Amino acid sequence: MTIATIAALASGRPPSAIAVIRVSGPQALAAVRALTGREPPPARTMALRSLSDPDDGSLLDSALVVVFPGPNSASGEDLAELHLHGGPAVVGGVLAALTALPGVRLAEAGEFTRRAFANGRMDLAQVEGLADLVAAETRSQRDQALALAGGVLSRLADGWRSRCIAILAEAEAALDFAEEEADVAARLEDMAAVQLRALAAELAALLADAGRGARIHDGLTIAVTGAPNVGKSSLINALSGRDVAIVTPVAGTTRDAIEVPMNLDGVAAMLIDTAGLRDTDDAVEQEGIRRARARVAAADLVLHVIAAGDAEPPRDARHWLIVNKCDLTGVAVADALAVSALTGAGIADLRRRLSEWAQAVVRPGEPPLLSRARHRAAFADAAAAIADAAMAQDAVLRAESLRAAAQAFGRIAGRVDVDDVLDQIFSRFCIGK
Amino acid sequence: MFRNGSTPSPARAKSAESTSPLKGEVVGPFAIQFVAKAGYARAMRSFDVIIVGAGHAGCEAAAAAARRGARVALVTMRVDDPGTLSCNPAVGGIGKGHLVCEIDALGGIMGRVTDRASLQSRLLNRSKGPAVHGPRAQVDRKRYRAAMAETLAEFPNITLVVAQAEELLVESGAITGLRTAVGTLAASAVVLTTGTFLGGILHRGDQREAGGRDGAAASDLGAALRAMGLPVARLKTGTPPRLDARSIDWGRLEMQRGDEDRPHFAQNPPPITPMLPCGITRTNPETHRIIRENLDQSALYGGHIKSVGPRYCPSIEDKVVRFGDRDGHQIFLEPEGYDDITIYPNGLSTSLPLAVQERFIASIAGLEQARILRAGYAIEYDHVDPRALAPTLGIKTIPGLYLAGQINGTTGYEEAGAQGLVAGANAAAHALDRAPLLVDRASAYIGVMIDDLITHGVSEPYRMFTSRAEFRLRLRTDNARERLTGLAIAHDLVSGEAQARFEADQHARRSARTLLDTLTASPSQLARAGIEARQDGVIRSAFAWLRFPAVTREAALRLWPELAAIDPQLLDSLVVDANYASYLERQDEDVASFRRDEALQLVNGLDYANVPGLSHEMAERLRAAQPVTLGAAGRIPGITPAALVALLPYTRKAA
Repeated sequence: MTIATIAALASGRPPSAIAVIRVSGPQALAAVRALTGREPPPARTMALRSLSDPDDGSLLDSALVVVFPGPNSASGEDLAELHLHGGPAVVGGVLAALTALPGVRLAEAGEFTRRAFANGRMDLAQVEGLADLVAAETRSQRDQALALAGGVLSRLADGWRSRCIAILAEAEAALDFAEEEADVAARLEDMAAVQLRALAAELAALLADAGRGARIHDGLTIAVTGAPNVGKSSLINALSGRDVAIVTPVAGTTRDAIEVPMNLDGVAAMLIDTAGLRDTDDAVEQEGIRRARARVAAADLVLHVIAAGDAEPPRDARHWLIVNKCDLTGVAVADALAVSALTGAGIADLRRRLSEWAQAVVRPGEPPLLSRARHRAAFADAAAAIADAAMAQDAVLRAESLRAAAQAFGRIAGRVDVDDVLDQIFSRFCIGK
Repeated sequence: MFRNGSTPSPARAKSAESTSPLKGEVVGPFAIQFVAKAGYARAMRSFDVIIVGAGHAGCEAAAAAARRGARVALVTMRVDDPGTLSCNPAVGGIGKGHLVCEIDALGGIMGRVTDRASLQSRLLNRSKGPAVHGPRAQVDRKRYRAAMAETLAEFPNITLVVAQAEELLVESGAITGLRTAVGTLAASAVVLTTGTFLGGILHRGDQREAGGRDGAAASDLGAALRAMGLPVARLKTGTPPRLDARSIDWGRLEMQRGDEDRPHFAQNPPPITPMLPCGITRTNPETHRIIRENLDQSALYGGHIKSVGPRYCPSIEDKVVRFGDRDGHQIFLEPEGYDDITIYPNGLSTSLPLAVQERFIASIAGLEQARILRAGYAIEYDHVDPRALAPTLGIKTIPGLYLAGQINGTTGYEEAGAQGLVAGANAAAHALDRAPLLVDRASAYIGVMIDDLITHGVSEPYRMFTSRAEFRLRLRTDNARERLTGLAIAHDLVSGEAQARFEADQHARRSARTLLDTLTASPSQLARAGIEARQDGVIRSAFAWLRFPAVTREAALRLWPELAAIDPQLLDSLVVDANYASYLERQDEDVASFRRDEALQLVNGLDYANVPGLSHEMAERLRAAQPVTLGAAGRIPGITPAALVALLPYTRKAA
């Protein structure tokens, strides 16, 4: 029988000056080895170590590391503590790297305590006091999961949980009642695949949103595109208040993508000026155009600039049309923002709109839905289980994967009980000979 | 045999109320040593264990207690009660078949008896994964009863007492015996398996009569249980009318035959008897119209019954009301025996008056002329809230009192038998001061059922489903012995002969597994044998290769002819292990943590209101459920991790 190694943030919620991550269990020392790339320091001695992601070697933090081999540790098992810089990105990165290791997972609420108790490392009075702490921890997790995300995560998780139960009910009904209710199995075959694919797609989108945390950290990217010499660089200068790109009347002056940071009411953004997108024989300019296209493809928003009077290009929701040089013609274009980079007309309005957009995307008042490693892990588990279920040949194994998915959702939205599943089955199928 | 106008078995057709095979016969030492006799009442007889009720739970309890060496009194109202199938003539099914195999693996008798009475059997879910394969047998009622009587007769230490149980005798809070209509029996353990007889009321239309089953009196022990402070509630169930096979137009019906390989429950295959088919017909809009128009006359819908019935075994009234969009429901016409004209129309449970039963039955294809031998009815009965029970199935507050079967809120012969085995084994343990038999959720469906009952209680009659088992991939019929017979040996529940056979089987299993781990092949060898495999160059063992769907049992036999030396059934079971291996390994941690929490026993009689750190709500939920272990506390809906930590100081490691 295997005992999992558990990891969790043992100090208060980041940001803080120092954050302490505890790792307890048979793999604790191996985990230190994996992140530091060397033997752990001698027992109960602190040492400075660089922590890297074993996956890609990227540096996570420079940390103080101390190990307490079991049974003489707080948990009675091999225990490691990593004293990190207390930023959320650092803590999240280290927890993600740890839990990616085989046999290591995030601790459940109260799990350290329970192991300590089980291994005789705590007296009863200590445990009694700890119950309150764990209650607080559980509450704060639920708050973070459900309240801080403005109820969005709660609604999403609830919705997924009930859809998962619905699909699971079909699968379980086909196993328990197929012989008594002939059309259960056929319905399952028809519906399950479609439902599973839809669920998997939404989960993938949510997991992608986990990248919003990274965007808060790195800033949003806004590409400025348009025909050569339409005034893109002038617009960037007007928005950022800086004179960065070389502005000349000669088409093709901006040879590379130029990045200009700007602050949109507290949200960091990066304006990307692109080389004029046009056919050219100039090898250098061709390379500029290739890079520009890549930047545009990856950008969170594209400001497509045309000169007043130019034809409108096709665009999607990610594209805003900016009509520059409105001071020259004064012609209005539907659904477009008229500005004059030269006179500054319309620039304040554009800034305001960009700021509103940035707030809407990043929602700085709330953490990204899946910023917490616990939630990411739960949803990633659910996504993997649903993918397994979609592929499973054996109906029992498909049900098994769906159970795993329901359990993963349950870690966010509350446990999925067999009674939930049976209720669904009995309300939807006429069971019983 | 089931031709138009003929009976299932033309020979010796008798009426439905045919006499019992037991009546007037003497079957071994078991028979009637202690039938009601004038003057006996003054004598006191002493036993180790008294079983009240000789249904499926009672018989299994008696046999289990007897196997442990207890002197057992099996108290029942009629001499031919043991082995009576009061509802459908079938044993097993999905989930239920698992229970019967587990009973067998624990040395129990239901599997053996069923096999001997089988008149047709099938393996349900055959097209699905082996974890949900469910053997099910149609049985001959009379043969079942006879086989049960013979099996019980093998135990010289079981005495059948034909008498009405009147009063439980309790001294200083502990059981001391039972007063019956024919005398007082002394014993330190009593198992109550009263089925639907506790406060039983039969309903047919607006007619009501007291009774535990058609033609049998009810018991009033229920009041006594209430007086002892046990939480008693009511449930209901029902049974369909019985039809005369000679009046059914079989030629118009589709027939369902048994499986040729004759699935069975016990290790030894039963003697081969001819198989009888079942007929299949359907209700139709006209049937539904008749039922709908007469709903007010149904005991269920006319307001005469308020108790909760099982959702998975609804009456035909329920089906018509709740699934009104359906234009028909399947009805299985099951023969009740080789020489029995009675047909059990499975799917037509009803509490409508007889006249309405006659009308709707006549609307069904093939049943136009069908004669009703016995009307269907609904029955309400008392049960005890099973949260009053310990995992031994003993009442926590009354040492020596054990409950099994419908009295615990379950339904089904198999559920009853499984509980009977556990309760009987533990009653014997109590009387003889032996180790209790505890079966956990990770080991058996029996463990799942008992834990569900004592942790969650029941809101409707509880039936086993495979979806209730979180470790379903482990709990299969093919490995029941592997999972449980060791436990049975440790608790003196199997004979020395069975133990030797088990040990030989285990040895064979280990050697076969070693062989599978030793034999290897490369992907290219598989390709040459015409088996599609990922060409990753990795040489794998036979066991590892069997995880791949393309590597079937047949493919493996082609690749490694040595495997032909393994017993085919054993090889099948190992192939299933291999198929599920990656899932089972993933579950290992769950099983380990489950067992860790199960090992932490909560202090008896804990006052939750005074546990520091427990909210009022948590304390209330825990008080209602009275969990025995920390693990059980965690399975109570709404109990938080914090509450579990608060409980830690009040746990101790199980020995």
